[in-house]
Amino acid sequence: MVDLSVNLGNNLVLKNPVMTASGTYGYGTEYADFIDINQLGGIVVKGTTLTKREGNPYPRMAETPKGMLNAVGLQNVGVDSFIETIYPKIKDFNTNMLVNVSGSTVEEYVETARKINSLDNIPGIELNISCPNVKEGGMAFGTSCPSAIAVTKAVRDVYKKHLMVKLSPNVTDITEIAKGVEGAGADSVSLINTIMGMAIDIESQNPKLSTITGGLSGPCIKPVALRMVWQTANAINIPVVGMGGISSVSDAIEFILAGASAIEIGTANFIDPEITIKVIDGIEAYLCEKGCKSIGEITGALKI
Amino acid sequence: MKYIHDFTVTDNIRQNHEFVVLTLKCDSTIPEIVPGQFAEVRVDNASNTFLRRPLSIHDVNYNNNSLKLLIQEVGEGTKKLSNLNKGDSINMVYPLGKGFTKPLNDQKSLLVGGGCGVAPLLFLGRYLVKNNITPRFLIGAKSSKDLIRLDEYRDLGEVMITTEDGSEGVKGFIIHHPVLKTEKPDFNIIYTCGPDGMMRVLSKYAAKHNIDCQVSLENNMACGFGACLCCVTPTQQGHKCTCIDGPVFDSKYLKW
Ligand SMILES: Cc1cc2nc3c(=O)[nH]c(=O)nc-3n(C[C@H](O)[C@H](O)[C@H](O)COP(=O)(O)OP(=O)(O)OC[C@H]3O[C@@H](n4cnc5c(N)ncnc54)[C@H](O)[C@@H]3O)c2cc1C
Ligand SMILES: Cc1cc2nc3c(=O)[nH]c(=O)nc-3n(C[C@H](O)[C@H](O)[C@H](O)COP(=O)(O)O)c2cc1C
Ligand code: FES
Repeated sequence: MVDLSVNLGNNLVLKNPVMTASGTYGYGTEYADFIDINQLGGIVVKGTTLTKREGNPYPRMAETPKGMLNAVGLQNVGVDSFIETIYPKIKDFNTNMLVNVSGSTVEEYVETARKINSLDNIPGIELNISCPNVKEGGMAFGTSCPSAIAVTKAVRDVYKKHLMVKLSPNVTDITEIAKGVEGAGADSVSLINTIMGMAIDIESQNPKLSTITGGLSGPCIKPVALRMVWQTANAINIPVVGMGGISSVSDAIEFILAGASAIEIGTANFIDPEITIKVIDGIEAYLCEKGCKSIGEITGALKI
Repeated sequence: MKYIHDFTVTDNIRQNHEFVVLTLKCDSTIPEIVPGQFAEVRVDNASNTFLRRPLSIHDVNYNNNSLKLLIQEVGEGTKKLSNLNKGDSINMVYPLGKGFTKPLNDQKSLLVGGGCGVAPLLFLGRYLVKNNITPRFLIGAKSSKDLIRLDEYRDLGEVMITTEDGSEGVKGFIIHHPVLKTEKPDFNIIYTCGPDGMMRVLSKYAAKHNIDCQVSLENNMACGFGACLCCVTPTQQGHKCTCIDGPVFDSKYLKW
């Protein structure tokens, strides 16, 4: 038996390194017909804000080569509704349910995090300072070092459990932001969120998204994500959770070798709703084949 | 319950220059499917497609675990699927979405389709017949060469036709057909799937005559099962996903 468990610190222990990415996995229940979601290392639920959001107008999605653009814009029921109607349905899953927290102002992030802090069965939050799809705030927090530090500090003051901060790739040097949030008290960082992109319908000459630009995800962003995970893992001392285009066992192992303690799978779930389980099994098989006893032996084991 | 099943193509019958009907057989038992529900079909070996493609269930045979898809070739994904051969395999996530609602006893239904929107109406027609309701079909097309599967529909009930060039049936759009011109409609529910414009006209018509109208939307989808929120349509209760709250909606519920 190999030990697949991962300790991300501050009481967040995953039974295996495979989690699912926010906004691609609903609240987990959407996948319950396909797999036993209790087998996952963790599930990061939909981006949650202080008040209900309707999101952006349709069309919100455009397929691109080996990927897709989305402009969902944080449509969600709001944190109070989440606590009342959704939390009771997901709180007893035997996996780590993390809430992805978003906002437009520091106060909004803080208030939302404070409310979630009171939920016994939510061991951590993923602070989304990197959403490219909302006009006010979102990514703005994650693209400037002082504001990333400010929002992380403010949330850290009220949120006592595991605080994972999700970084934006839409920056010149992601390691600067990573170091900033590490200093501000983050327990871990996750990356990458989507890369800003756009697509045009040449017949109508209109943008394919109602918001003109949107967030690119899927295999096409993997090399960029992998590079950023490697750079970040080398720059900070807290755990890194890697994501961006992971669609196979070997993709996941690349991220782990680059320094990711755990990974998240997003867009790939749409095409293969069973992909997470295949990746968990595949990582185990890889470790056996390499004669490793635990996942930690390959974390950051890239040979240069 | 949703399933991921591999099917084998047992038949691929070309209907005309852009439509084919695929018959697919499954080794597993296929679950009960409601007319109007769809499958997310994986497109293998296509260099430029990434996501699955949503396609309505066109017909079902529970006795031999087979079903049919009616596919209109519009881009690379549908072209790839249309060129599958007997023996090829195809992977589907299904049955997805909310289908048409159960018919009432005193129901007189009109089923209106245009383009690939006729696909779910065959399975719906069969279902109505099983419930002792005789469906009537109104099918719109550009020209007679675009009319397909008419014999299948005629087996179930009356088929009325409009073509834009007048090459068959009544010349014009669906809304120009005499069945929609009478003072008082001789049906009390419309089921429709097809181009947005057509469904909007029908929903206005239904509102004016105070009859029910169920429309099946074909929004862009990424997942097909409620996980991504890409496929929304504005409704009286805010944005709803066409993949799980639809694709079939009561037209009164939509903000059109
Ligand atoms: C619930 C649902 C049921 C459907 N049922 C059927 C069916 O039974 N038979 C059938 O042939 N088609 C059906 N469609 C439409 C079908 O999914 C699209 O035609 C298909 O995804 C196009 O893929 P492609 O790769 O061939 O074309 P792409 O290269 O993706 O697109 C080619 C062109 O088709 C247009 N297009 C793309 N997606 C759609 C869409 N969802 N609706 C309308 N136009 C689109 C694009 O704007 C573009 O101009 C259904 C769609 C939905 C949402
Ligand atoms: C439809 C969609 C919605 C998303 N919503 C969120 C969100 O609410 N919060 C967030 O932090 N990231 C969101 N993301 C980003 C993903 O969590 C992930 O960072 C990104 O898609 C890259 O991973 P992938 O290529 O595996 O999908 C979303 C992505 C997609 C495709
Ligand atoms: S297509 Fe993903 S939620 Fe509807």
